[in-house]
Amino acid sequence: MTTTLFTNARLIDPEAGTDSPGWLLARDGVIAARGAKTPPETDGEVIDCGGKCLAPGIVDIGVKVCEPGERHKESYKSAGLAAAAGGVTTIVTRPDTLPVIDTPETLEFVTRRAQADAPVNVLPMAALTKGREGREMTEIGFLMDAGAVAFTDCDHVVSNTKVFSRALTYARSCGALVIAHPQEPGLSQGAAATSGKFATLYGLPAVSPMAERMGLDRDIALLEMTGARYHADQITTARALPALERAKRNGLDITAGTSIHHLTLNELDVADYRTFFKVKPPLRSEGDRQAVIEAVRSGLIDIISSMHTPQDEESKRLPFEEAASGAVALETLLPAALRLYHGEQLDLPTLFRAMSLNPAKRLGLNTGKLAADAPADLVLFDPETPFVLDRFTLQSKSQNTPFDGQRMQGRVLATYVAGAAVYRRN
Amino acid sequence: MSFAHRHLLGIEQLSQSDITAILDLAEKYVELNRQSLKHADELSGLTQINMFFENSTRTQASFELAGKRLGADVMNMAMQASSIKKGETLIDTAMTLNAMHPDLLVVRHPQSGAVDLLAQKVNCAVLNAGDGRHEHPTQALLDALTIRRAKGRLHRLTVAICGDVAHSRVARSNLILLGKMENRIRLIGPPTLVPGHFAEFGAEVYEDMSDGLKDADVVMMLRLQKERMDGGFIPSEREYYHRYGLDAAKLALAKPDAIVMHPGPMNRGVEIDGTLADDINRSVIQEQVEMGVAVRMAAMELLARHHREVAA
Repeated sequence: MTTTLFTNARLIDPEAGTDSPGWLLARDGVIAARGAKTPPETDGEVIDCGGKCLAPGIVDIGVKVCEPGERHKESYKSAGLAAAAGGVTTIVTRPDTLPVIDTPETLEFVTRRAQADAPVNVLPMAALTKGREGREMTEIGFLMDAGAVAFTDCDHVVSNTKVFSRALTYARSCGALVIAHPQEPGLSQGAAATSGKFATLYGLPAVSPMAERMGLDRDIALLEMTGARYHADQITTARALPALERAKRNGLDITAGTSIHHLTLNELDVADYRTFFKVKPPLRSEGDRQAVIEAVRSGLIDIISSMHTPQDEESKRLPFEEAASGAVALETLLPAALRLYHGEQLDLPTLFRAMSLNPAKRLGLNTGKLAADAPADLVLFDPETPFVLDRFTLQSKSQNTPFDGQRMQGRVLATYVAGAAVYRRN
Repeated sequence: MSFAHRHLLGIEQLSQSDITAILDLAEKYVELNRQSLKHADELSGLTQINMFFENSTRTQASFELAGKRLGADVMNMAMQASSIKKGETLIDTAMTLNAMHPDLLVVRHPQSGAVDLLAQKVNCAVLNAGDGRHEHPTQALLDALTIRRAKGRLHRLTVAICGDVAHSRVARSNLILLGKMENRIRLIGPPTLVPGHFAEFGAEVYEDMSDGLKDADVVMMLRLQKERMDGGFIPSEREYYHRYGLDAAKLALAKPDAIVMHPGPMNRGVEIDGTLADDINRSVIQEQVEMGVAVRMAAMELLARHHREVAA
């Protein structure tokens, strides 16, 4: 029987919405008790948190691990180490690999690889349609039996509405969660930036932010038709928010996420064609960014994800239009999110509601909270320590982070999965 | 006079006095180019490589002649035919050329920002000869010189830029340059080709050509860039010509002494009437070509001079 007592901690409880001093006792991998007054006697390990923050570990939906196919970009081992160093205790992986994870056999392969190599919890998602081609749905039932926690074609939009409506209907009958990328594919074709002053000045092919709202509007109509469980992977524009709000008010089973990059960067950060800032959807205006922060605060946007997307140097050292999209973010998710805390826009319980509690809830996991009997998946961090990020210190095999060389504040001190330390900062 | 730039990547980086410096020096080369002996030695001993990743006859010839008249050793590389086809990346190509110690690299590339990227990886001076829809600085400079010589000044003029602004690096560079020199700029075209965002740069946007041309001092026509259009910007060339093609009747709305410009190559009967384009009383299209060589000589000389000063 292993017991760990965390004393002198600042407990961040996203369920209660509190940020208060206290202690937490973990026994046999689960949270046994917590309190604010004198901690109990224990013969196990005692960790003095020194007044630093103890929060539920992050549950990150939409992490790309490049196995199978491109292990040189990211493996389960490197992604697991990066997650642990970033306070992420559960990664929910994307199926946009080579080949696509669209059969129970490939899903079993990645599950085996993950169990062997990753120090954190790994839950795989599977493709919604075969090859992510938007033509035929995958074996949703078999894939769920094999452990798929959600179904997504990632950044491919199922543009054939009939195919998508059937897949949603079938998924509903299985109780499966469908994660979609709300975007009007015709309008956004070939776009490398958001239309506006910046894209105009830099001569980049651009997409109107309206394309996101159009994609979301279509999906919402299909939800009314099918009653499916649906999550929008990234809502990044102000114009999409009223539609989301209405859909929730009308009782549809819909949640929405956003990425840490859209919360902390805007289109002007691309500056002189810096390809590490090329993400999908493209970075938005400052007005959109502020609206999305407010939506996270109000709870309209439920989940913050890293949208961790490793790319090798070669695929980024190209002219902006040709360069690959995506950024690594497992290790920078928390320090970047803390910018919103230091900027007094979001408090810590709200951040952990969006990073830990809500994603766990949406996937039906009993984690992401500091409640008794929940797994002791925890992150201990100091929100104040300032540092300058050097991308070559990242654990990921790929170092394509837009935060390279930037000042950040707040570091992970230790990460625990089921009560065991998987990361300790030296 | 100081010109403290390593590269000429865009008008965006230039100040008013940088622009004036280039134009003043170019005046000297206009005179030289009109003599029968056209040789100078400002670039003597230097190596100039023209890398064109996109087809060009006019601009490449202009840069080649400019370099040769200043005594540089000029090499042209048709990049479409070379290693790009073998899968070499832009940066590798740049590094390879850099190892041959060129002094001036003149680069045209179909993608916005590609010349900036290349400039970060080489030691020599890089001249942007057009990158995607982004900038074409020497074109804007030669247009400025043409306007200054025809109008006697380069400020407080009303300049109408007409046509395919969306796909045009010429329009962007001219918009920036003419704005820096404090002119009034109008953009004219169908909204599919002149997005409203351009209004945020201080330009006035007109969908009706008659309104836009009224009292203009300079009418700058743009080429309809059929190769950059992935479909459906205008219904047909004949409707485009009817509504936005420049002919004598439309030009009559501008000032009586308004000049007509075009960066070439022209689509006669699509954006401009052929007779008008050849009218030596109104059209300065041939002068633009002439000024092109002089402006490029001036720009290359200033960059070479700056590199010598930095090295010394």
